[in-house]
Amino acid sequence: MSTLTPAAPQSTTPGPTALNTGSRRRGKSRMDPTRNNTAAGIAAWLLALLFAAPVLWMILTSFHSETDAATNPPSVAANLTLDAYKEFFGASSGVSPWPPLINSATASILSTVLVLVLAIPAAYALSIRPVKKWTDVMFFFLSTKMMPVVAAVLPLFLFAKTAGALDNIWFLILMYTSMNLPIAVWMMRSFLAEVPVEMLEASQIDGASLLLTLRKIIAPVAMPGIAATALICFIFSWNELLLARVLTGVMAGTAPVFLTGFVSSQGLFLAKVCAAAVVISLPVLFAGFAAQDKLVQGLSLGAVK
Amino acid sequence: MTTATARISRSGHSATKPSKNARSRERALAWARRAPLLPALIFLIIVTQLPFVVTLIISFLNWNSLRPDQTGFAGLSNYVEVLTNADLRQAIFTTIILTVSVVLASLVIGLGLALLLDKKFIGRGLARTLLIAPFLVVPVAAALIWKHALLNPTYGLVNGVLTWIWSLFGSDTPPQPDLLSQAPLMAVIISLVWQWTPFMMLILLAGLQSRPMDTVEAAQMDGATSWAIFRHLTLPHLRQYLELGGLLGAIYIVQNFDAVFTLTSGGLGTANLPYAIYQTFYFANEYGLASAAGVVVVIGTIIVATFALRTVFSLFKKEAAR
Repeated sequence: MSTLTPAAPQSTTPGPTALNTGSRRRGKSRMDPTRNNTAAGIAAWLLALLFAAPVLWMILTSFHSETDAATNPPSVAANLTLDAYKEFFGASSGVSPWPPLINSATASILSTVLVLVLAIPAAYALSIRPVKKWTDVMFFFLSTKMMPVVAAVLPLFLFAKTAGALDNIWFLILMYTSMNLPIAVWMMRSFLAEVPVEMLEASQIDGASLLLTLRKIIAPVAMPGIAATALICFIFSWNELLLARVLTGVMAGTAPVFLTGFVSSQGLFLAKVCAAAVVISLPVLFAGFAAQDKLVQGLSLGAVK
Repeated sequence: MTTATARISRSGHSATKPSKNARSRERALAWARRAPLLPALIFLIIVTQLPFVVTLIISFLNWNSLRPDQTGFAGLSNYVEVLTNADLRQAIFTTIILTVSVVLASLVIGLGLALLLDKKFIGRGLARTLLIAPFLVVPVAAALIWKHALLNPTYGLVNGVLTWIWSLFGSDTPPQPDLLSQAPLMAVIISLVWQWTPFMMLILLAGLQSRPMDTVEAAQMDGATSWAIFRHLTLPHLRQYLELGGLLGAIYIVQNFDAVFTLTSGGLGTANLPYAIYQTFYFANEYGLASAAGVVVVIGTIIVATFALRTVFSLFKKEAAR
């Protein structure tokens, strides 16, 4: 690194450099991120297609008939049909995917709401008017997230069994809330920390009430962050399998649990499996693309912007 | 009003002898600050810490739910069993192999992709979106697709493409590997690398885009080669992001259940600890043994997490200083 730093003195030379910077600036904007861009672009596109291939194949297969789906070599250009989706939604199979989909939606949406209700005040107390030792509290939240679920699942199962909460969607909602709360607090804190201090002070001097400050100053800055946090909590709850598998059953089973039982109960119908995977992934794909930029922030617990 | 008192009490040394009244007001204020935090804090302690304490207690018990009359204190015997039982030891070994290989492979590929995506090219946004897609498929669905639509030996896409390529050269004897039964752990690893590479890519891309460009430009003007710039400027800057990605990836992948459960059901040496624990209590009803294994996972995670916390903390301090 030290060998590269002596670049700085250059700019101190007056005259010709001043002239040069203009052309250099123009040059470098083409030069730096853009050098080799055709080669990089082709490589990136090839890799992107390779990585997306399983997803694209899943989508394509879901629109094929069962006979076209299970061929070797693959029949890419086969006729498209909605049969697999019709089958999946119970036109003839008799097993409706709606109850698990509704359970998943219920668990994901309600736990997300609960998370927001708990996390927003907590993040407020950790950023805008921080409590003493707020970093310690932050790290406590984080540490709970780092404990593997599998180390707590047996007591939860035993508790649910004795309390009669097994196969009860509300118990699952509470579990999902605790699963996402630390992430939400961390993300939300970083969003609330972006509220300019000067504006808060100004509103206090003007004698604005807490509610007014929240509504007029904090909410506008924090709203996009809150939306992203909500989407990420939704994704995590929707994706979760282990807790749902252990704590639910017939009544409260979620979409991932349904999906794991799908193949064994239906026999292997490839197009139908693909259709099921597409349907169940669709909400996450939408939420994920909407929250793309904030997705990393959520997964890295707010540490990376 | 309240802010005024807060200010005074914070710089409270001005009042040499705080009256009782002032002190109780200060205390009330401190509680007012804490109040919004308490619901979340108490909820989390009850829901996450208590169960773990119970796990800890059960791990010292002899408890198989099918033989409730033989329940009793077991001392350390469950832990001895975890470390000596061939299946559980295999599970520990599998967990380590799985985690290390998935994290390393997805970090390296993710770094390559991040470097490519850091450059400007036509359709960059769309390429990025395509690359994120693996991460956005529900994990169970992704595992099912890998198992049935891609790796199935008779009509999966992988073997199908092999058949197609071989037929282009006029051969009708293409290689048709059956990864799921010949190298099941490899199948799990590949599907997880596919799923986690986008995550690493996104973290590293965030790191690349936070890189101060002026030094890079200066180095370029000095005629430094791209390799020298990468080696001496980019990589040192990315170090923290690589660490963060690796450690967070490790924490998430150690806990992986979905892929192992769906792809192989833990067969043929692919059971990692989460899956083995699930089996131990869910099917074998060995509550004490499962709990001891759970505690072992926690100890392992704490070791990784300590490093992760330190990395998160240093990034966190950087942000706070901004």
